[in-house]
Amino acid sequence: MTPLRDRAADLVMGARMAFTGGRDGWLRAVLTAVGVGVGVAMLLLAAAVPGALDARQARGDARDDLRMGEPIPAAANTLLIRQTDTEFRGQPVRGRVLRPEGPAAPAPPGVAALPRAGEVLVSPALRDLLSSADGALFAPRLGGATVTGVIGAEGLAGPGELAYYLGSDTLTADDATRLAAFGGGLPGEGLGPVLMMLVVVIFVVLLLPIAVFLGAAVRFGGERRDRRLAALRLVGADAAMVRRIAAGEAAAGALLGVAAGGVLFALGRQVVPLVTLMDLSVYAADVRPPLPLVAAVVLAVPALAVVVTLVSMRAVLVEPLGVTRRATPVRRRLVWRLLLPAAGLGLLLAGAAGVAPLGSEQQTAAGAVLLLVGVVTLLPWLTDLLVRRLRGGPVAWQLAVRRLQLDSAASARLVNGVAVAVAGTIGLQMLFAGVAGRFTFDTGQDTSRAQVQVQFPARPDAAVALDRLAAASGVTASIATLTTLVTADGTHGMLRIGDCAALAEFGRLDRCADGDVFLVHDPEDRSADIRPGGTVTVGDGVRWRVPRAAREVPVRTNPSGYRQGGVLVTPGAVDTARLGPLHAEAYLRLAADRPDAVEHVRNAAAGADPLASVLTLTETRQANQFVNVQRGLYVGAVVTLLLIGASMLVGVLEQLRERRRLLAMLVAVGTRRSTLGWSVLWQSAVPVVVGLALAVVFGLGLGAVLLRMVQAPVAVAWPALGISTGLGAAVVLLVTGLSLPVLWRLTRPDGIRTE
Amino acid sequence: MNAPLLVAEDLHRSFGPTRALAGASLRVHPGEVLALMGSSGSGKSTLLHCLAGIARPDSGRVLYAGRDLATLSDAERSALRREEFGFVFQFGQLVPELTCLENVALPLRLARVGRREAERRAAEWLARLEVAEVAGKRPGEVSGGQGQRVAVARALVTRPRVVFADEPTGALDSLNGERVMRLLTAAARDTGAAVVLVTHEARVAAYSDREVVVRDGRTRDLEVAA
Amino acid sequence: MASRVQTVEQAIYRYTHRVYVMCIVAGMSIGQTFLGLLEATPRHGYDIKRLYDERFGHARPLAYGQVYATLSRLLRGGLVEVDAVEPGEGPERKRYAITEAGVTDVAQWLTRAEKPEPYLQSTLYTKVVLALLTGRPAADVLDVQRAEHLRMMRDLTRRKRDGDLAEQLVCDHALFHLEADLRWLELTAARLDELAATVRS
Repeated sequence: MTPLRDRAADLVMGARMAFTGGRDGWLRAVLTAVGVGVGVAMLLLAAAVPGALDARQARGDARDDLRMGEPIPAAANTLLIRQTDTEFRGQPVRGRVLRPEGPAAPAPPGVAALPRAGEVLVSPALRDLLSSADGALFAPRLGGATVTGVIGAEGLAGPGELAYYLGSDTLTADDATRLAAFGGGLPGEGLGPVLMMLVVVIFVVLLLPIAVFLGAAVRFGGERRDRRLAALRLVGADAAMVRRIAAGEAAAGALLGVAAGGVLFALGRQVVPLVTLMDLSVYAADVRPPLPLVAAVVLAVPALAVVVTLVSMRAVLVEPLGVTRRATPVRRRLVWRLLLPAAGLGLLLAGAAGVAPLGSEQQTAAGAVLLLVGVVTLLPWLTDLLVRRLRGGPVAWQLAVRRLQLDSAASARLVNGVAVAVAGTIGLQMLFAGVAGRFTFDTGQDTSRAQVQVQFPARPDAAVALDRLAAASGVTASIATLTTLVTADGTHGMLRIGDCAALAEFGRLDRCADGDVFLVHDPEDRSADIRPGGTVTVGDGVRWRVPRAAREVPVRTNPSGYRQGGVLVTPGAVDTARLGPLHAEAYLRLAADRPDAVEHVRNAAAGADPLASVLTLTETRQANQFVNVQRGLYVGAVVTLLLIGASMLVGVLEQLRERRRLLAMLVAVGTRRSTLGWSVLWQSAVPVVVGLALAVVFGLGLGAVLLRMVQAPVAVAWPALGISTGLGAAVVLLVTGLSLPVLWRLTRPDGIRTE
Repeated sequence: MNAPLLVAEDLHRSFGPTRALAGASLRVHPGEVLALMGSSGSGKSTLLHCLAGIARPDSGRVLYAGRDLATLSDAERSALRREEFGFVFQFGQLVPELTCLENVALPLRLARVGRREAERRAAEWLARLEVAEVAGKRPGEVSGGQGQRVAVARALVTRPRVVFADEPTGALDSLNGERVMRLLTAAARDTGAAVVLVTHEARVAAYSDREVVVRDGRTRDLEVAA
Repeated sequence: MASRVQTVEQAIYRYTHRVYVMCIVAGMSIGQTFLGLLEATPRHGYDIKRLYDERFGHARPLAYGQVYATLSRLLRGGLVEVDAVEPGEGPERKRYAITEAGVTDVAQWLTRAEKPEPYLQSTLYTKVVLALLTGRPAADVLDVQRAEHLRMMRDLTRRKRDGDLAEQLVCDHALFHLEADLRWLELTAARLDELAATVRS
């Protein structure tokens, strides 16, 4: 047994070797540090995500102003508040109108003093927007109020949030909620089991390739290290010493990587507030990974590096006179390679059947990890199986295939990460497609008839407001009507006043002239029982007699997708002033080439009445978070793939550099460079094709099992399949393309003399 | 004497501050075996690289069959090396992944000969160089002497007009070295190929018809001088 | 200067000077060589001469007188005996066979180490040293000599290619010696350059 002190000395010697060795040595150390650092930064970021979301949620809860219970009476410590949320170029804007009812009225978080009428407090992001060139497109919505302050961070969900508090002295209890305090509303709705599972699987899918990537990163420079160790053997190091030295070297490199990761993470944290992703922005201070997870990453990464190094050294014999690959490569046994994914599948299926001794989230995570690891374990085996049978073909193909036959593991290792990422993405997107189907519905809205619906609360000068809308920039047509409720014998209907063209959108009018009145019935609905000559109650109690000449016409679905029974009245048939306050409603058609038209409409609506609601019509609507998460997942997958691409590039370059003499020799004897380029492409393409095929199989398997777990019908999401495999293939092409200049440089024929 | 096949005129070539060639000239006639002799560092390998179009001289001309190599494009020089020249180096020239047979067939396949035909001709050449038995083995599994003979087969399989051999016996013992030289020169004579042989060993040079001495990057070609 | 040249020349003549022919067998050992040729089978005197000339004589065949003088010396010493006499006259009709004593003698001779003999091409050596002393480029002497050596080595290589094993062995022996000459010349030339450089600097 070697004394402990000597063993420690071996480790230290290895650690020193990680950083010495001239330019090449430094290059390797930097590559390792960057590779590992990027991975570590990603892990830390992932570990910080739940905390950041919690902090955001907590701030959201603290400013909650929704009240479901009994209204409270006005007092010195109450205020009236109304939501005036709007959107600006697709970005949500949280808007609130406030009116304190006494000196002790509560202030929302982040607000020191409540704004008075004509004053507005804005979030920093909104302030920036207002002071930018686009500010004019938003300012009208604040009703000309002057910005008197900024909402503090504790009152905002994130640094990028657009929000304002507008002071008012005209808000009435009819239009608003009365509050005695902010916060303390109902607890936010937690993630349902399906969402929870999605989150777990997302983490697995995005982080597992990172782990695979780390495994590759700690092996950078492996070949040269082996040769260096052989030199140590020559001067008398024994096999165990060499292993310890290698372990020390790997651990030192990984520790440097962890440090680099810490720096990258700290830098990245500062960049985080500048980014708004999926309408979500996060404060740097909220990006704080929990300490135990940080400790785990700091310890696990060097440990992983050491383990990977020792395992990879199993395949080579480092002897005094050089390094020999074991002549008969470690036989690729299928059994244990199948064991892991089978175990994963078992865990997931058991979970689907309701057997979850580990707790369902842990079990899902473990199952998904094991299943996806199956891609990594099966890939070299399958590549081997395939390549062994390949014969013939053009020279480039022959060179590539022969190389793969000799050592498929090296090439397979390079595409592992890509395969895992693609498999995970396919499985996840499939789950999404299945689950999102439930949350996607046909709204029935007809965007060919109108793109925006604007509603004003009941007001005396409703017609003026409608005219202002029709005049807004970019509006090409307006279907403007005044509406109020009619009641007849306890049944309700809609009284709608508008010109013939407008009314035609709500009923199938055979003919129409000013002065006509129509009665519409929705046959599927128990609509108001209104007859010509009958008397109905309009609005708050005005009695109105339906003219005898009123004709019954079939109902027409309005642009919002609804059918409303009731009375359609042309202006000549009724004295609107007699009917009391009327709601105004307009369906607007916008010029297709004016993307900002909707902003002008919002401005016009807010100018006419701050409480106006503006709704854009869409044919289908998905539960919002699904759209966002799905998009975010693709972004994550692309980032992961690029990361893996970077490591692949390093690996490919190293393989090339190792063979530079042979390559130069092949060029010297007249081999076309294109032949060598193709051979490099084939050499990575073959494992990639195998990897992607495996990824598709495993991805579909994972997707199917996950869908079963949420009891959704199993259906293959072809677009997700295409996009994911396409992304994977694109990364490989990109890497090969990027490695070609180096190949050209290495294969200058006079490179033959470098040795 | 018939027209020279390959002519070098006053070649200069430097690597940084090191002058490898400082006025080297020589002629290679069709079918002759020419030894380039000189001590290590004399510039003889660089001269060979320039003659073969692997390296470009800084100044001076290399004419092959009357054509100045400097006027050829990279693709044309590659084609020339592929079709008109053959190469034997000291070591590390066989592609380790390919079998010996495939290695010998490689130049033919690069010249677009079908695989079956290329391997048939390769097998003939292996037999001719007395290494038929290693056809299916990878270069790592054969002895140094066998490997060099495979390399000679590969250099000759395209029936080149010039074979460039850079210390072809440098890594071999005397017996294996002699055997390689005997087979190389005999095969070259049979096919009418000229051989440019770089060596520092007189016994190896004795297989040549004529020698050119390279010293300090300069040649002493007694024939040119005369 | 003159005295130094003299010393060098004296030094040169202190060495035995022998031009080595391509003959391993020195004149003194023709007897042992005959015994070796007889060991496999008894032979006529004519056969012995023919075999010897083929294997070892090369450009200089043995004279018949020397053959029979040697054979009679061996007979006297009891190392060979007459095995059979063909009808007719003359020593060439006699067939000789080796005796026990003869076998022992050959065995002893073969296992006895030969005295290593320093070869020196005295003329060449003299030329090089004189070139040095008179400030002429030794490299020129080397180049001319190398050309000449290589010419001979080419002849030997050609003979070796066409000859049998014995021929190959003989040629190799000569080739290695010639090569050694050239290497000495090259080393000398390199030394002289080095020396010239130190002298100049």
